[in-house]
Amino acid sequence: MAPLLEVRDLQTHYVTFGGTRVVKAVEGLSFTLREGETLGIVGESGSGKTTVCQSIVGLLPAAACIVGGSIAFEGRDLAQLSQREMRHIRGAQIAMILQDPMASLNPLFSIYRQVAEPAYYHLAVRGRSLRERVRELLNAVRIPSPTMRMREYPHQMSGGMRQRIVGAIALAGGPKLIIADEPTTNLDVTIQAQYLDLLKELQEQTGVAIVFVTHNLGIVARMCDKLAVMYAGKIVEAGSVRELFDTARHPYTQALLGSMPKLGSKEKLLAIPGQPPDLATLPPGCAFHPRCPEALPCCATEEPGETQIAGTWTARCWRAAPGAAATDLPKEAHVAAAVGN
Amino acid sequence: MARFIIRRTLYALVTLLILSLTIFMVIRLTGDPVTLLAEPGAHAEDLDRIRAEWGLDRSWPVQYLTFAKNVFTGDLGKSFNYDMPVSTLYFQRLPNSLELALAATLISFLIGIPAGLISAVKVNSVWDNTGKVIALFGLAVPGFWLGLVMILVFSVWLGWLPTSGQGSWQHLIMPAVALGWYFAASLLRLTRSSMLEVLRSEYIKLARLKGLPGYVVIAVHAFKNALIPVLTLAGVNLVVMINAAVIIEVIFAWPGIGRLLYEGIFQRDFPLVQGVVMEAGIMIVVINLTIDILYAYIDPRIRLTR
Ligand SMILES: Nc1ncnc2c1ncn2[C@@H]1O[C@H](COP(=O)(O)OP(=O)(O)OP(=O)(O)O)[C@@H](O)[C@H]1O
Ligand code: SF4
Ligand SMILES: [Mg+2]
Repeated sequence: MAPLLEVRDLQTHYVTFGGTRVVKAVEGLSFTLREGETLGIVGESGSGKTTVCQSIVGLLPAAACIVGGSIAFEGRDLAQLSQREMRHIRGAQIAMILQDPMASLNPLFSIYRQVAEPAYYHLAVRGRSLRERVRELLNAVRIPSPTMRMREYPHQMSGGMRQRIVGAIALAGGPKLIIADEPTTNLDVTIQAQYLDLLKELQEQTGVAIVFVTHNLGIVARMCDKLAVMYAGKIVEAGSVRELFDTARHPYTQALLGSMPKLGSKEKLLAIPGQPPDLATLPPGCAFHPRCPEALPCCATEEPGETQIAGTWTARCWRAAPGAAATDLPKEAHVAAAVGN
Repeated sequence: MARFIIRRTLYALVTLLILSLTIFMVIRLTGDPVTLLAEPGAHAEDLDRIRAEWGLDRSWPVQYLTFAKNVFTGDLGKSFNYDMPVSTLYFQRLPNSLELALAATLISFLIGIPAGLISAVKVNSVWDNTGKVIALFGLAVPGFWLGLVMILVFSVWLGWLPTSGQGSWQHLIMPAVALGWYFAASLLRLTRSSMLEVLRSEYIKLARLKGLPGYVVIAVHAFKNALIPVLTLAGVNLVVMINAAVIIEVIFAWPGIGRLLYEGIFQRDFPLVQGVVMEAGIMIVVINLTIDILYAYIDPRIRLTR
C-alpha cells in the first residue's frame, strides 16, 4: 500500500536581506508516513521542524520557498499545487494544531462557529446536522456540557479546554493527517498528559496519522511509532521509536537521549555543549562536527550520506557508514552496517 | 455592565473637572477682555462698571466656582460679544459643524479603511507603497494648505465649486476633503498597523490552516479584530472634527463651532470659549462612553465579563 505521506528530498529555504542571506532551513529531507501512524520529529530550536510542517500545509512565511523535492500526499505532490488547491486540502485532508492554545482561537467568535467552520466549508454540512457535528466533536474532546459551551467564547475557557477545542477544530474536517507543532508546550504538566492521552484515543477512533513535533523525547516515547531527529535542516537519524531509543547510532541522537527531560518538563531540549549552527553559513563536512564528541578526521571535510542501518532505520554519520573508518567502529556497528546493506 | 458604565462615568467627570480648570486659566492668560468690550477711549469707571457687570471683578476662585456651578446646572453662561447664552450659540452652530464633520468622516473612512486594509494584506507591494505615500502626504500636508490649493484650482481656475459658504453639496465638498484628509491618513495608518498585527496572530494562522476562503480569513476573522482600535480613533476624530475644525471653517467661511471658537478667542470672549470647550469635552466623553459600549457589543470579552 502506498504511504499516506511521502516527503522526498524536500528543500525549503528562507531568502532574506534581498537575497543576500539564504537560510537552508530544510535541506534534503525525506520521510514517509502511513495511515494511522505517528511520526515524532525532534531537534533543537531552529533545526527546521516548523518549516517542515509549514511546507506540508503550504503556509510558509513570505520569505520562505520550497526550492526542491516533493511532498506526495495520497499520490498528489502538494509542492506543485496552487494555493487554491491547497486550500481544499488544508482543514479537510490535513489539519494542523498550533503551539499556543491561548492565541489559536479568535477572541471574537463563538466556539461553535470556530469548530463548525471546517465542516461548513469543506463538507458542506449545514443547519441542524452542523450543530450536531460540533456537539459530537466537543464531546469527543471532552468539553463538558458541549451544547451550552459551544455558545461561549474563547476567553471563557481554560488553557487546557482551549487546546482541546483546537483539537476538535483539527478533527472537524475529517482529516487523514494531523500535524501537531509542539501542541503541549504551553500547557501545564497534568493537562499535557491528559491532552496526549486524548490525542492518542482520538487517533485510535479515527485512524488519523499524526506528525508530532516536539522538544520532548518523553512525549515521543509515549505517543509515536517512528522518530526523526533533525539537525540543521536534515534528518540525521530516523527509525522506529524502539530502535532509536534502544540503540541510537548518531552521536546527536545519543546526546539527546542522554539529556532527556521528564515528561511534562517545560525545559527546552538539551544540555548538549555548543551552539546549533547558523543555517546560512553551515560548517563544512558534517554540520554536527564542531559539537560532536566522536568526530572523525573526515567529519570536518566531507558530509556523510544517508546510511541504511536496518529496514527503515537510517543515519547520517560517518560512524554509521559502512567501511568508513572501520577501525574506530565498535564491532556490533560493523555487523549492523553490513546487514543494512 | 452597569458597574463598568458607572466607573467610566466617574472617570469622565474627573476628566471634565481638569478640562474646566485648564480652560478657565488658559483663557484668562490671553489678556483683559474689558478693553475689547468697551468703546475705545472709555473711562476707567466705565471699564470697572463692565467688569462688575460680567463678574470679572471677583477673584478667580470665585469666578471659577460660579462657572463650575453653572456648567453643572447646564448653564454655560452668556457670551460677552453676542449677549446671548453660549449654549444657544453652540447649538445654532452644531448642525453646520456636524454636517461638515460627518462628510469629512465619510471621506476619511472611504479612503483610510480600504487603503489601510489593502496595504496590510499586500504588505510591501506597490499597493502598500502607494498607501504609505498617501499617509505621508495626509500627515505632512496641512488641511488648510490643501484647502487653499483646492480653492485655487476648483473655484478660481476651473470655477466648478463655490469658494466658501454653506448650503449645497458643492459648498460641502472642499471643506470636507480638506478636513477629512488628515484623518484619512491617520485611519489608513491605524487600519494598516492594526490589520498587520492581527494577520500575524495565531488565530489567523489557524483560520488559514482550516482552509477557509481568503476573503473569510481577511474580511471576517481578521477585519473584525482589526476594527476595534480603528473604531475608537474614528469616534474621537469625529468629535475633534465637530469642535475643532477651526482653520478649515475659517478658510471656507463655514459657520460652524470651530469658527465660533476662533471668534471667541480673538474677542477674549471668556464665557464663549469656556462654554465651547466644555461642550466639546462633554461630547468627547459621551462619545467615548458610547464607543466603549459599542466595543462591548462586538467584543464578548467585555460584553460577558463586566
Ligand atoms: N520568517 C523567517 N525568516 C527567515 N528565517 C527564518 C524565518 N523563520 C525561521 N527562520 C529560520 O529557519 C530556521 C528553522 O526555523 P524553524 O522555525 O523551522 O525551526 P524549529 O525547529 O521549528 O525551531 P523551534 O524549536 O524553535 O520552533 C531557523 O534557523 C530560523 O532562523
Ligand atoms: S559524521 Fe562525524 S561529526 Fe558527524 S555525527 Fe557522525 S561522527 Fe559526529
Ligand atoms: Mg518551531
